[in-house]
Amino acid sequence: MTATEAREEATVGFGRRIRKEDARFLRGRGLYIDDVKLPGMLYGAVLRSPHAHARIVSIDTSAAEAHPKVKAVITGALLESLKLAWIPSLSHDVVAVLATDKVRFQGQEVAFVVAEDRYAARDALALIDVDYDVLPAVVDATKALDPDTPVIRDDIDGKTDNHIFDWEAGDAAATDAAFEQADVVVTQDVLYPRVHPAPLETCGAVADMDKVTGKLTIWCNTQAPHAHRTLYAIVAGLPEQKIRVISPDIGGGFGNKVGIYPGYVLAVVGSIVTGKPVKWVEDRAENLMSTSFARDYHMRGEIAATRDGRILGVRVNVLADHGAFNNTAQPTKFPAGFFHVFTGSYDYPAAHCTVKGVYTNKAPGGVAYACSFRVTEAVYLVERIVDCLADELDMDPAELRMKNLLRPEQFPYLSPTGWEYDSGDYPKTLRTAMDLAGYPELRAEQAEKRARGELMGIGVSFFTETVGAGPRKHMDILGLGMADGAEVRIHPTGKAVVRLSVQTQGQGHETTFAQIVSEVTGIPSDDIEVVHGDTDNTPFGLGTYGSRSTPVSGAAVAVAARRVVDKAKIIAGAMLEASPDDLEWNRGTFSIKGDPAVTKTIQEVALAAHGPLELPEGVEGHLDAQCVYDPPNLTYPYGAYIAVVDVDAGTGVVKVRRFIAVDDCGPRINPMIVEGQIHGGLADGIGMALMEVIAFDEDGNCLGGSFMDYQLPTALECPSWELGETVTPSPHHPLGAKGVGESATVGSPAAVVNAVMDALKPFGVRHVDMPLTSAQVWRAMHGRPFRTDLAITD
Amino acid sequence: MQVQMTVNDQPVTREIEPRLLLVHFLRDELGLTGTHWGCDTSNCGVCVVSMDGVPVKSCTVLAAMADGRTVRTVEGLERDGELDPVQQGFMNEHGLQCGFCTPGMMITARALLDESPDPTPAEIREAISGQLCRCTGYENIVRAIRWAATHPRPAAAETSEAVSS
Amino acid sequence: MQIPAPFDYARARSVDDAIALLEEHGEEARLVAGGHSLLPMMKLGLATPEMLIDINDLTDLTRIRVDGDVLRIGAMARHADLLSSAVVGEQYRMLHEAERVIADPVVRNRGTVGGSLCHADPAEDLSAALGALRAECVVRGSGGERVVPLRELVTGPYETVLQPAEILTEVRIPIRPGAGSAYLKVERRAGDWAVASAGAVVWLDGETISEVGIGLAAVGAPHSVAAATEDAVRGRQADDETIDLAGEGAAAECRPTTDQRGPADYKRALTGELTRRALRTAIARCRGQEA
Repeated sequence: MTATEAREEATVGFGRRIRKEDARFLRGRGLYIDDVKLPGMLYGAVLRSPHAHARIVSIDTSAAEAHPKVKAVITGALLESLKLAWIPSLSHDVVAVLATDKVRFQGQEVAFVVAEDRYAARDALALIDVDYDVLPAVVDATKALDPDTPVIRDDIDGKTDNHIFDWEAGDAAATDAAFEQADVVVTQDVLYPRVHPAPLETCGAVADMDKVTGKLTIWCNTQAPHAHRTLYAIVAGLPEQKIRVISPDIGGGFGNKVGIYPGYVLAVVGSIVTGKPVKWVEDRAENLMSTSFARDYHMRGEIAATRDGRILGVRVNVLADHGAFNNTAQPTKFPAGFFHVFTGSYDYPAAHCTVKGVYTNKAPGGVAYACSFRVTEAVYLVERIVDCLADELDMDPAELRMKNLLRPEQFPYLSPTGWEYDSGDYPKTLRTAMDLAGYPELRAEQAEKRARGELMGIGVSFFTETVGAGPRKHMDILGLGMADGAEVRIHPTGKAVVRLSVQTQGQGHETTFAQIVSEVTGIPSDDIEVVHGDTDNTPFGLGTYGSRSTPVSGAAVAVAARRVVDKAKIIAGAMLEASPDDLEWNRGTFSIKGDPAVTKTIQEVALAAHGPLELPEGVEGHLDAQCVYDPPNLTYPYGAYIAVVDVDAGTGVVKVRRFIAVDDCGPRINPMIVEGQIHGGLADGIGMALMEVIAFDEDGNCLGGSFMDYQLPTALECPSWELGETVTPSPHHPLGAKGVGESATVGSPAAVVNAVMDALKPFGVRHVDMPLTSAQVWRAMHGRPFRTDLAITD
Repeated sequence: MQVQMTVNDQPVTREIEPRLLLVHFLRDELGLTGTHWGCDTSNCGVCVVSMDGVPVKSCTVLAAMADGRTVRTVEGLERDGELDPVQQGFMNEHGLQCGFCTPGMMITARALLDESPDPTPAEIREAISGQLCRCTGYENIVRAIRWAATHPRPAAAETSEAVSS
Repeated sequence: MQIPAPFDYARARSVDDAIALLEEHGEEARLVAGGHSLLPMMKLGLATPEMLIDINDLTDLTRIRVDGDVLRIGAMARHADLLSSAVVGEQYRMLHEAERVIADPVVRNRGTVGGSLCHADPAEDLSAALGALRAECVVRGSGGERVVPLRELVTGPYETVLQPAEILTEVRIPIRPGAGSAYLKVERRAGDWAVASAGAVVWLDGETISEVGIGLAAVGAPHSVAAATEDAVRGRQADDETIDLAGEGAAAECRPTTDQRGPADYKRALTGELTRRALRTAIARCRGQEA
């Protein structure tokens, strides 16, 4: 028996399974967007603004149009005539497809060239002459609302400042009262700087408008093909049934591939204008400089507590830098996403937050990195200020957390800002992490090292995520509710196909969803095909981000599969001439109670369902079912992370020695895939804590526009991850599963930053902003850390 | 200008522009889309192929410079439809998620194991340190390569017959 | 991905052929060896040569060997070759330590010694290591050969003394037995340019430092060495006080600029710290005390 065979078990659903999708990737046969080649296909390239803020005086495209391989050059003027120069953003703002009056961030789209090949398209960009009148740039978000600051969005009628919105959550009065009573109040400014999801595959599309049939086919590596289709219909006025969006294989999404980028719209226009398919795939500079960044939250956190470490309340004021257009993908009612989950994993009655969104001359925000709708910012904030409180009280940070963690009997728990946490045994999870880490031994080692002047740090992060958006009545994006559909169909020969709305970008959907159907129906995983990504072939849904695939689509699939089994029972009853109530079900086989020798497998039932068998009144033939799952609530995966770092006192270099991660995402459908998701997110934590940032100089030049400047962790910066688990099912999810895709990205930065701050305790450093490069650490040790969102100056 | 090279054991001849990058030659001219591109600055490594037995970043090699050379891409890792141990290792140990960095990682892994059949995890991490992965956190990539190291391709049939007779 | 502007291409069949092609095409022609410095610049539009002369067939320039009391490294030796060369490691450990942190393993398969030196990026590590070792560069043009001390090769960022139709063919490092050397680099992540690097090589006569070389990368040290500090250290006792002096001297001699890798004051302090560590290790190795 081969190793592969040894792993397979008959009719196993949940458990470790080799991924079905691997074969094509391993053999170089994946189909990513730049692999898509259609007959007659042309290539598009975008000309981008070198300036962060400038008036467009003139655009001369004549030389580009004269290039022998150029088929079309599109400017904002043409788009204006098609009413496509601006499109709705995901946040009830508008986004420029091509700049008409002004450019508002470095890298903004100004013109589009369509040519015979990709090299000619790029050559032609150099032939377009744009005359700019440079304006002062608004770069420092904390100054965006100062008087006399240039107004960025003068395209909005009556706009006289750079203010976008104000939002709040929680109870201000109760929080103020809690703070009045407190023995201790700690205030700390905490920046979560602008970072970028940076999937290794950039964003792209191939648009193919067939003039004869009127059908527009858009290949696009989008995480949300259905949402795109509907938006194109709304925005471009094209009939929705004539639009097909196909997501091929995606080389990583992480929230970067949710929104509609101008390049996609330009590819569509290019195809309409030339009558040929047009491919546009961005380069890395475009990806980093113009597509949806993440975070950029300037937060002031305050925490009130008793002298002995009982948290009484938390207050946060946030300045949110949204860039030049408000294009965050948040559910409509939540312009700051789910930030109000900042109350965290602790038991205290009062909390309040305000969030003020501002425009700056930077790229517009899309979905936050690893999405999570601002949960990353919230968790980072609370875990940092809890550590600051521990520092103030001179209390062990794990002990302080243990003292304040929600208790299992408190679930379901309604938080001070209105979230209903579904389930959790928080103390057990933290204890598990501490045991895995050998926490007391680590503290003893640290004490020893400190005595010798060596800097070792231990950082704890305990996070509660809120994912799986979401209940339709609360959650919509641009009016599209966040319920997702699934269809399960059993073929006459007993094989199955499941069609999903969510689109995979590496999470292993083809495997896990087959496992869910296998677990419920007893049909072997290998006999189940998973179809996703093509709007012509799949049910409607809002896509994969915010860890929602398992909580929403997974639920939809489980419910649909259960409906199939329910129907199969009725049909089995008809076959066995018994009442369905007299039948037992065991892993794919029905038998008559008390007579186990008489059985019908679900495969036999499927064949009969397609045959002449007489069915009871009201029961239709074939064997399939669908479900549109409207989640009753979000789910709340959580975890306890511990990072161990060593800081070189002479150079400021931080090495992450160990990282212990105990996650609780409910039952694990495929433990191997769950662990892989966690590994990836933990690497993100190292990246963000130690090296990732998109900073800007005072002219608005983007300082993170390449992988030379935007630094990502390699295998050498990552330790060998140590994972543990606890399992607390979600009471409201059909499988009890909560989703895990972003947990590690959410929980890990604070663990690393807390560890470094812990290491620097002898220097009296309480907080320093990420990324904690060696330069920042050294400067922190010398009492002069610098702002990381702006260019480093002396 | 004309270039001639051997790609995955097949001779190829094409007319190209001197500035054509090897990665585009392989993908667009030869249709070998298993090799990817992901950055502008030779950092990410999703373009890694083997040239004259050595991993190189094909986005930073001109097709012209590959004239007269031997190139192997991910499509050439398997032999007669049978996966290389490296490929099998990535499958068994979940060394890939989205798959975009995987071809390059496997090419480098194959070259490492050819040179050093029993590398430590630390040596593996160093060997792949010029290539990024955003999905796996590298742990399972290291495990995959260790699996391949401990499950090398069986010796040739003649040899084993000689040994057993 | 970004792509280069069009150019013509020729393959040199010999060194003389390369020189002839350079002469024929003038200032608009550039040699391309590993290409991992030049091609990225061309893709970003920062360099636009009209002709590239590919010298990768000049295999007679790839040899690494000891010739009497000289370690001779062909200009076309790849970084990977230097790193794996036992001969290089035996003579000067700092060269291996430097190579190990230059770029990344895959880039090192292509990048060449000559290419890196002649590209003259201000953060380039090999110049610092070879500068410390007082290497010499053999340069050939149509008029013949000349030898340029490595410490005089680079005149500014991306500028060398090479004339348009000259080619670096070999680097020669004097071998003096008994050396101890070390190279240290701090970078934001593996494969990055240095925030600062320091390399030290030292020879002892009893407890006295009879000769020393200190190379500094990425911190604006003229010719990537701390020449004044070398002079201050030479002849002193190989003790803590001297090591501290070396650190102070290197910190004072370098001229770092503030950029996104770090502010100048940090780089200066880091230079001092790395110099102290490199020299300490070099001295220990000289004494046979450290592995």
